[in-house]
Formats: sequence, C-alpha cells, structure tokens
Amino acid sequence: MFGKLTLSAIPYNDPIIMGAVISSTVLGLIIIALITYFKKWSYLWNEWLISLDHKKIGVMYIVLAGVMLLRGFADAVMMRAQQAMAAGANHGYLTPHHFDQIFSSHGTIMIIFVAMPFMVGLMNLVIPQQVGARDVAFPLLNSVSFYMTVAGAGLIMISLGIGEFSNTGWSGLAPLFELKYNPGSGVDYWMWAVQISGVGSLLSGVNFFVTIIKMRAPGLKLMRMPLFTWATLTTNVLMILSFPVLTGALFLLTMDRYLGMHFFTNGMGGNMMMWNNLFWMWGHPEVYIVILPAFGIYSEVVATFSRKRLFGYKSLVYATAAIMFLSFTVWLHHFFTMGNSVDVNIFFGIATMFIAIPTGVKIYDWLFTMYRGRIKFDAPMYWTMGFFVFFVVGGMTGVLMAIPPADFVVHNSLFLVAHFHNMLIPGVLFGYFAGFHYWFPKVFGFRLNEKWGKRAFWGWAIGFFVAFAPLYVLGFMGMPRRMSHYSVLAWQPYLIIAAIGAAIIGLGVLAQIMQIYVSIKERKENMDVTGDPWNGRTLEWLTASPSPEYNFAVIPKVEDIDAFWDMKEKGIAYDRPKVYHDIHMPKNTAAGLIMGVVTLGFGFAMVWHIWWLAIVSIVALIATVIKVAFNDDVEYVIPAAEVKKIEDERFRILAENQDKNFMNEVKGGTK
Amino acid sequence: MRKKFYDLGKVIGLIVITAFLSGCSKMVVLNPKGPVGSEERFLIYMAFGLMLIVIIPVFVMVFWFAAKYRASNKKANYDPKWTDSAKVEFVIWVVPILIVAALSYLTITRTSSLDPYKPLPSNVKPVRVEVVSLDWNWLFIYPDYNIASVNELVFPEKTPLSFKLTSASVMTSFFIPQLGSQMYAMAGMQTQLNLLASDTGTFMGQNNEFSGHGYANMHFKAISKTPAEFEAWVKMVKQSPDSLSMKTYEHVSQPNVGYPVTTYSSVAPGLFNHIVGQFMEWMGREMKMKHMKMNGKPGSGPMNNKIMEDN
Repeated sequence: MFGKLTLSAIPYNDPIIMGAVISSTVLGLIIIALITYFKKWSYLWNEWLISLDHKKIGVMYIVLAGVMLLRGFADAVMMRAQQAMAAGANHGYLTPHHFDQIFSSHGTIMIIFVAMPFMVGLMNLVIPQQVGARDVAFPLLNSVSFYMTVAGAGLIMISLGIGEFSNTGWSGLAPLFELKYNPGSGVDYWMWAVQISGVGSLLSGVNFFVTIIKMRAPGLKLMRMPLFTWATLTTNVLMILSFPVLTGALFLLTMDRYLGMHFFTNGMGGNMMMWNNLFWMWGHPEVYIVILPAFGIYSEVVATFSRKRLFGYKSLVYATAAIMFLSFTVWLHHFFTMGNSVDVNIFFGIATMFIAIPTGVKIYDWLFTMYRGRIKFDAPMYWTMGFFVFFVVGGMTGVLMAIPPADFVVHNSLFLVAHFHNMLIPGVLFGYFAGFHYWFPKVFGFRLNEKWGKRAFWGWAIGFFVAFAPLYVLGFMGMPRRMSHYSVLAWQPYLIIAAIGAAIIGLGVLAQIMQIYVSIKERKENMDVTGDPWNGRTLEWLTASPSPEYNFAVIPKVEDIDAFWDMKEKGIAYDRPKVYHDIHMPKNTAAGLIMGVVTLGFGFAMVWHIWWLAIVSIVALIATVIKVAFNDDVEYVIPAAEVKKIEDERFRILAENQDKNFMNEVKGGTK
Repeated sequence: MRKKFYDLGKVIGLIVITAFLSGCSKMVVLNPKGPVGSEERFLIYMAFGLMLIVIIPVFVMVFWFAAKYRASNKKANYDPKWTDSAKVEFVIWVVPILIVAALSYLTITRTSSLDPYKPLPSNVKPVRVEVVSLDWNWLFIYPDYNIASVNELVFPEKTPLSFKLTSASVMTSFFIPQLGSQMYAMAGMQTQLNLLASDTGTFMGQNNEFSGHGYANMHFKAISKTPAEFEAWVKMVKQSPDSLSMKTYEHVSQPNVGYPVTTYSSVAPGLFNHIVGQFMEWMGREMKMKHMKMNGKPGSGPMNNKIMEDN
C-alpha cells in the first residue's frame, strides 16, 4: 500500500532533525491558524493562490525564495558550526551522514529554490511592465511553472521529516548516487525535486522568451530594450536550451535507480564521466542563468541612481550576448582533473577565460555610467557598489581556476567553495536584493526602509568577507570541501572565523526581516504616490504604484532607449489618454495549483515506490491538462468605463502630488 | 572615543596579520616540495599578477567616482549625455583581451608541460605505484617491488613517481597538495599521474572528491625518504608477515573507515588489473582480450584508457 514507506522512515530518534521538523510544523500550524482566525482563506485563495496576475505570481515566487533562503541559511550555519568544532578529537555535533545531507540540501536549495524563484519572481514583477505589456505571453503556464517549483520545494521540505535527503551534493556524484551506494530515499528526493522544478523553470524560460520577443510595446526595438530585459532574454535562451539536458540526465539516472539500467554505474558499460558532462552542460549555463539577470539589475540601478543613461549600451548588450554563447562552451572546467587530454583541457580553459572579457567590459561600463553622474546612495546602490568590489575578486579567482594546471591544486578545495560563493552572494544575491528594494514600491505602493536596508547590506557584506576570506586561505592550506571532520588542527582557527562570518550574515538576514516589518509599519510615510519613486528611466515606472492589474490603460509608444526618461524629458509622461478601451485579462484559475499538488503527489509516490499513487497522480495531471485545453472561457473584460474610473483616480492622486514627480526636473533635457 | 576605535582597529589588524602570516607556512599549496607543485604555484602568482591590472583600477574607480560624483557634490561635472566614447570602449575591450591572451599563452604552454600523464624528466628510474581507492582507504601497490601498503605512501625523494590510479568503488580524487596536481580515480578505468618530491618529509595526502560516509577520514601520510631509507623501508616491508592475497584484498576493500596502516610483503599477481577489470566482465572474455592490445597513450584521457593494460 505505501511502497517502501514505513514508520521507520521518520527519524524520530534524531533530536536535531525532529527539532527542525516540529518547529517548522508548529510554524506552519500557527500561520494556518492565523489565516483562519482572520478569515483570510478566501482572500488568499482568490487574490493570490489562483491568480494569474504576473505581479502576484512574482510576489509568491519571492516569498518562496525567502522561505527557502531561511532554510538554506540554517543549513549553512549548521555546517559552519560543525566545521568550527570538529577538529582532532572533537567530532562535532553532527554525524557524517547528517552533515552530508546538509551540504547537499544547502546547495540544492540555494540554487534551485532560492536563486531560481527569486530570479523568476523579479522577472514576473518587472518584465511585462518593462516591455509595456499587460501580462506575460502565457499567464496560465506562468502559474503552472510556479506551482512546479513549489512542488519541488515541497518535496525537499518533506524529506526533512520523512526519510532523508541526498548525500551526493547539489550536483549529484556518479556513481555514488547509484542504488548500490545509496539505497535510501535521499537521492530520489533530490532527483525528483530537481526534475519537477526543472520543468517549471523550462516553462518559465519559454514564457518570458515569448513575452519579450512578441509583446513589446510599439517602438521598443531590440536595441532599445532596457538591460534587465536583455539579460532576461539571454537567460531565457539559456534556460530553454540547457534545462532539457538536465531533464535528460536525470531521466537516465531514474532509469538506473528504478529499472536497474547502467548509464552511470561502475559496471555493465556505465560511464560516470558522462554524468559529469551532462550535468555541467546544464550546470554551467545555470550559473549564468542566475547571474545574467543580476547583471541586468545592476545596469538598471546604476543608471537610475547615477541619473545618467548607461554608458556603452551597445557594448553591454553585446557583452551579455557573448556571455550567453560562451556559457555553453565551458562546462568541462568543472572537472579538469578527470584525466582529460591536454588539448581538451586547453580548449575549455581558454573558453572559460574568454568569459572574463565581456564580464570585465560590463564592470567598466557600469563604472563609466557613474562617471559624470549625480549619484544617489540609496540601498540598491549600496548592494551594487558592494557587488563591484567583491565580484572582481571572485572573477580573479575564477580565471585563476580556469588555468587547468592551477586548478589541479585548488580543485574541490575550500578555495573553490569560496570562489563560487563569491560569485553567488555578491554577484547574484546582492543583485536580487538590490532589485527587490528597487522594485518593491512598484508592487506594494510604498518604499522599503532605507536605514534597515543599509544595515542589512553591511551585515551581508562584512559577513560575507569574514566568512569566505578564510575559506580562500584554507584552500591554499589544502583543505578539501565537504569535510564533516578533520585532523589538521591548523585549519580550525580559520573555520572559527568563518563561523563568525556566518553569524554576521545572520545579522544581515535579521536586518532584512526587520526592514520588512518596519517598512510595513511605517508605510504611510513612505507611500509612492507618483509611481516613480527613484526618478526611473524605464517603462515600469510609467504606471501607478502598485500598478493596476492591466498595468497600462493604454499601451505606451517608445521612442528611445530609457523610454520613460524620454517621456519625462518631452514632458508627456503624465499626459492623459483621450479614450480608454475595454481590456481583456486572463481569468483566475486553480489549474496551476491543482497541477502542482498532483505533481507533488507524483514525486512523493515515486520516491517511496507507491505505484498506485504515482499512476493516479499522472492520470489526474493529464486529465487536468485536457480539461484546461478544452476550456475556452479564459478571459474577462474590464470595461472602458471601469478603466477610466481607475485611471481618473490615478490622475487625481498625481495632480495632488505634483511636486513629488520628477518630470518638471527632467523636462526639456537635463544639464 | 575615536582614539579607542583606532586602537581597537590596530589590535584586530595585528591579529588578522598574525593569523595570516602563521597561516602562510601552513599554506601547503603555496609551499610546494616538488617541481610540479612549484610550477603550479608560479601559475597562480602569474595569474593573480596579470589580473590585478584589471582589478586595481576597478577598486580605485569605484570609490573615486562614488566620492566625486555623489549627488551632494554640485561642483562635479554632470554630463548625462556622455554615454559613448570610442576611446574608452576601445581600452576596456582591448586590455582584458590582452590579459586573456597572455593567460591563454600560459595555459597552452603549461597545460602541456604540466600534463599529469607526462613522465617527468629525470635520470633516475621512476618508482611505479598503483593506487587503488577503496571505501574509504587507499591501497598502494608497488609493482616493481611486489609489495603494497594501506593508507601510507612511502617513496624516495628526487625520484619520479609514476602513479596509475583506479577505484574499487566510487569516484575519488588522489591529492598530495605539496607535490602538486590531483587526479580522479574511477572504477573500471585507470588514470595516470606523475609527481616528484624534491625533498624528504612527511606530507599530507587526501581524497578531494566526496565519496560518502567515510570521506572525511580518507587521508594518508605521504612520506618522502632518502633513496637509502626507501630501500631499507622496502626491505622491511618484505619482512612483513602480511601478504596481499586475493582474500586479504577482499577483506581490506570492504567498506570501512580508518583501516590501520598495514604493509604487505607480497601482492597477488595482476591485482591492479583485476580491480580495473572486475567492472568489465560484462564485455566477455574475448572483448577483454581484444582491448588489452590497445594500450592507452599518455595524455589520451581515461576514455581511451578504459581498458586493461597489457603489462
């Protein structure tokens, strides 16, 4: 009846795991109780869960990323604590098996369930408004993508309390993840969580690619697109081309583990090297998938807060595109030490260094955007400046490891760990935080607290440095990654410093929670009445904050790069349209949510070999798809009169707050 | 107040510098004891040096521009239309290209000269070692002496070491940081590695690729002795009561953590090939024989070496 699932799968004798399970269950119950107490279920259901509004889906993505960030950060703290303790005679407080699961879940969560949903969330908030559209190309698909990601995240959370998680890292290790070495449920949880959310990511890629290609406002030519749109477009290309490789590789692993095949096993012609190649053929583009949108955000932030058009727009576009192409030619640098021939290593080493060229160009283009600007230092600019300083160090260590013989001595050491965290924290995460602060008023209508935002920045920046500088040193001291215990006592002081760094980052995280709390409390003082709180340059600032569900009452016409700035210069940014038309918008539907729940059931059934449930969920999934396909009643109409009413209110508020918009300052060109 | 902070800063600075300097001598990767490691350290320093050409200007410009063009400084030139400059663009594209070109040159020459498969030039006859990665121990077979040891690698200084590596279980990475290059060990395949210790001493050896439950314990001592001492060690091992028969191997290769250092006075003939070959039985005897005639060439990669060598 329940396949391999028995009561013994629940680790009730492990106090650490049970503590986590009980506290997250209690937290969940409290939230459910509060929703019930305030009778918010129907609001939550109608306004959020089944909504197809891209902005609301974006917010839900970011909430998911935030929750998973806390989980992934807790994993990080546990690892740092273990390594700070477990030297010599002291074996720390975690068993090796527990430690191994923690580093695996930390990596999987941070990449797949923090970086990805945060990124797709920001795309959802911004892209349609930035290209002057009313929604994404496929609103229902957007909801399906979101719930696929939630289903994957759900599987990982379930693995905490039922069964175990993988011990083979976020990237999987052939043949360690084969049935012979890993008969438990851990690898299956990892495999299905990544597989299911990967489908969601692929669909998101298709969705935003089509949105950007097909739904741009008239006049928004490719070479007028904002850099964030460009970055998203290139990222979507990478998602569309690389995710199928991951899907295929995981499918082969599924064959190995479920049907006794031998794609990556030791014997019977299996080839573990093939896993490394297939995984990183996705895995390396994946790194650029998460970082290119961050580059896009830095571009927007630097231009806006320097009050200056981006320096070298074309250069930036070409550099972004170059990175997109090159990212497919470098995967082998993840395993220079596999005994590859000299020529193969040289090719991939040099290809990797090539990426440093467009990346270096971008950094300088941003710096020259600041040059002769009028720079305002709000929190997004803090994150961006921090990025400049730290990221070049990460770039330097990255190019260093691109030289195969140099990599031979730092590969799989803590030097490598320090390097990729250097790219992912100051590179990716700082960008997303900057974007979050920057676009928050567009979604909620009020600004985030600056003071707490800057405190969060200092926590993260100082904490990052204190946590990861020792790891670079430890790499040179020969410490391999993923050690649950070590006997070289000289390593310990550095690991204690790194643990202190993690605690400082913790203060940054607390400051962010505090920031949201304070901002909500003081929202009345920080209302964004004009829709343009930062003196922005791109189309998303043309709408009200929060923008109405249709975004634009009348689709804008674009005549220049930085379309909104151009309108302000011409003094037409807040002109009233003469007529309004009926607007067709997608109807809410629970289809995406149902498909997510069913898929979660399928994943769980597959992990535990509960075949009947797997069959039932697959049938239900197909049935839902067919039902949705036959449903023609997918739109509703907002009548022109209703639009006019909403817009009249918008213009009334604008007129009341005329001194607060930036148009008069910008009008007639700036000098 | 300010003075106090300054003093505190000095104290913290001193602690950091002391920690760093005391770490320096322990930075084994930067304190190599052989030609491979020395060359690789040279590459690390060169690459850092070259890249500083791009990076130092970034540090300077970030703070300089931020200070000079802050909104409150109305005296600074504000020129929002200055968004293109062919000269600047030229420099910011060409300088990174030149640096990458220089690094590429280094990569091409050094990847060839530091190819782990390439025997090291020396007048001394190399010592051959067959390395088998077990769950979670290291087995070293010396085919020229017909002896073996577990979890301790002993070798003579100033003598090329020619390793052949394989795994009896999952993928691992064989690494002696002070001697240089690491190399993966994979089941059913053999990879190669050539190292040389220019000095005597005891070095840390370890597995750098996570391999499951006993991974953290999978380290060994790599002991470099004078040739005379090494010969004496070989003689001593020859007296060892243990011999590595097939049956003993079966016992040692059972998954276990921290197998005691053991030496074996003799080794079952063809043990290494047996370990590589056990994953290829599905190919049948005939295929195996056919493959045995195709020797892998140095530098031709594990794919071509996924065969039994005929020695």
